[in-house]
Amino acid sequence: MSDLTRLTISQARAKLRGKEITATEITEAYLSAIDRANPALNAYVAVTGDKARDMAKASDGRLVKGEGGALEGIPLGIKDLFGTEGVHTQACSHVLDGFKPHYESTVTANLWADGAVMLGKLNMDEFAMGSSNETSYYGPVINPWRRSRLDTVVMPTTHQGDGGFVSASGTKTQRSLDNAQLVPGGSSGGSATAVSAFLCAGATATDTGGSIRQPAAFTGTVGIKPTYGRCSRWGIVAFASSLDQAGPIARDVRDAAILLKSMASVDPKDTTSVDRPVPDYEAAIGKPIKGMKVGIPKEYRVDGMPEEIEALWQKGIAWLRDAGAEIVDISLPHTKYALPAYYIVAPAEASSNLARYDGVRYGLRVPGKDIVEMYEKTRAAGFGREVKRRIMIGTYVLSAGYYDAYYLQAQKVRNLIKRDFENVFAAGVDVILTPATPSAAFGIADEDMAADPVKMYLNDIFTVTVNMAGLPGIAVPAGLDPKGLPLGLQLIGRPFEEETLFQTAAVIEQAAGTFQPEKWW
Amino acid sequence: MSVDLQTVKRVARLARIAVSEEDAERMTGELNAILGFVEQLNEVDVSGVEPMTSVTPMEMKKRQDAVTDGNKAADIVANAPATEENFFLVPKVVE
Repeated sequence: MSDLTRLTISQARAKLRGKEITATEITEAYLSAIDRANPALNAYVAVTGDKARDMAKASDGRLVKGEGGALEGIPLGIKDLFGTEGVHTQACSHVLDGFKPHYESTVTANLWADGAVMLGKLNMDEFAMGSSNETSYYGPVINPWRRSRLDTVVMPTTHQGDGGFVSASGTKTQRSLDNAQLVPGGSSGGSATAVSAFLCAGATATDTGGSIRQPAAFTGTVGIKPTYGRCSRWGIVAFASSLDQAGPIARDVRDAAILLKSMASVDPKDTTSVDRPVPDYEAAIGKPIKGMKVGIPKEYRVDGMPEEIEALWQKGIAWLRDAGAEIVDISLPHTKYALPAYYIVAPAEASSNLARYDGVRYGLRVPGKDIVEMYEKTRAAGFGREVKRRIMIGTYVLSAGYYDAYYLQAQKVRNLIKRDFENVFAAGVDVILTPATPSAAFGIADEDMAADPVKMYLNDIFTVTVNMAGLPGIAVPAGLDPKGLPLGLQLIGRPFEEETLFQTAAVIEQAAGTFQPEKWW
Repeated sequence: MSVDLQTVKRVARLARIAVSEEDAERMTGELNAILGFVEQLNEVDVSGVEPMTSVTPMEMKKRQDAVTDGNKAADIVANAPATEENFFLVPKVVE
């Protein structure tokens, strides 16, 4: 039998419903793939093999009777940020040591209700704070993609013509994979790696400043951050509550649409969950985009942006124009202020949200001579460097005398950022096309980024505006850079018009194709 | 604006995070790099602009004022590092 882990969700769904394969078979295929790959890639922090087998067995029972749900028997990976009953849920932080909730997040409960199978919990940056998955307590996740190099090899004349490019002089160039390990992006790095390396059919993820879209772009996968309020935040470990949104990472646009349909819901347990029915996102795929107005924001052409990113953007513009869209130049004048405003708003909210980790109700406790010393020692030992940094910034900007200068100013700027988008949409723009990231995946332990936290933050320069304005954004793979690494484009839509994003992303996907890493692990 | 070592120690105390002298010195540099980066927000003219309170305009949902959940004290303390009879145990707070 061919490798079941290579099937997309839509393909597996058809084969499961057609009784060509069983949920147990596909689940076993993924569990053994994880077994083989995880020591090298570190995508999973907990594998729930027994639970997966039980869920698959139950799915098979329903499939036999023709009672399968929308995701019946589809094996998924779950970001460690989602509360999963009785299962490792630590936001990849030491401070939540041993935490196993007695409840299930709404998003994951929706997936299980539709028949999905849980393979395990996925690695991530600690509390979703990071852009490289290097801040995890469980160590970095490795990108399944590696740079490749072109080597010129002198060929003995008898050995020519075996697949390489043979020149007249008897030398040939061949691509070989470089050994350097690359980051998968973050914070949903485990989700992106697991999807890209065929260690789950699809994964849940969350996005506060780019944490779905940037790792999707770095791994050649599709990631969508829906409109704020579309997926319930209930049961998801909070980072910055006014920015956090859950969404899927998947191998293609259709799979992302299938997953979002199940994840999204109206939830009375989350007061910011929006009261709107969830549309059939999959139905948007394949609809023509003729006459659609696509905005190209000039402010996203930033200094020092690599040539290949600009070239990719131009390719994207050409594909959409060829499909009948109208391309218009637009301006979003406050774009450059989104990232600095984010680095006030997000840490401020994080410092409040993370106040609950005090060694009393859950997780780690380090004893002290009194209760304050216990708090201080627990938090010092439990939080990693990046998390402490953000709690400190948040505490500072919210402290007496600084609130107006920092937090209030940032929230005003945030309104201006949102207004920029509203003006453009009011002028008739349906969707905005930008690059997803300012570069391809970079190396593990990049020295520049380790020395200067702001350099790492700049990874989110194209994605963070979308969170600040609460809009939906999708990252879709659009090509490879000269070193053979995937690059993504981002589409930004009007609030709750995720269908437009799927419709347009499908056009890009059709032109660009899909991308799989060469297996080395 | 920038922070000095004393301010960093004060903020760490407010955030209830124990920091060593060495940590505090390193953090001073890091926090100043971030504060330097966000300084550019001061260039923006925000006169007449309201601070954002809700990213999507929506009415706050209210639920019935009724007991819908409860009687699960054991579940609630299940993950606590120290408990006794469904109470959280902490070091002595009041002398």
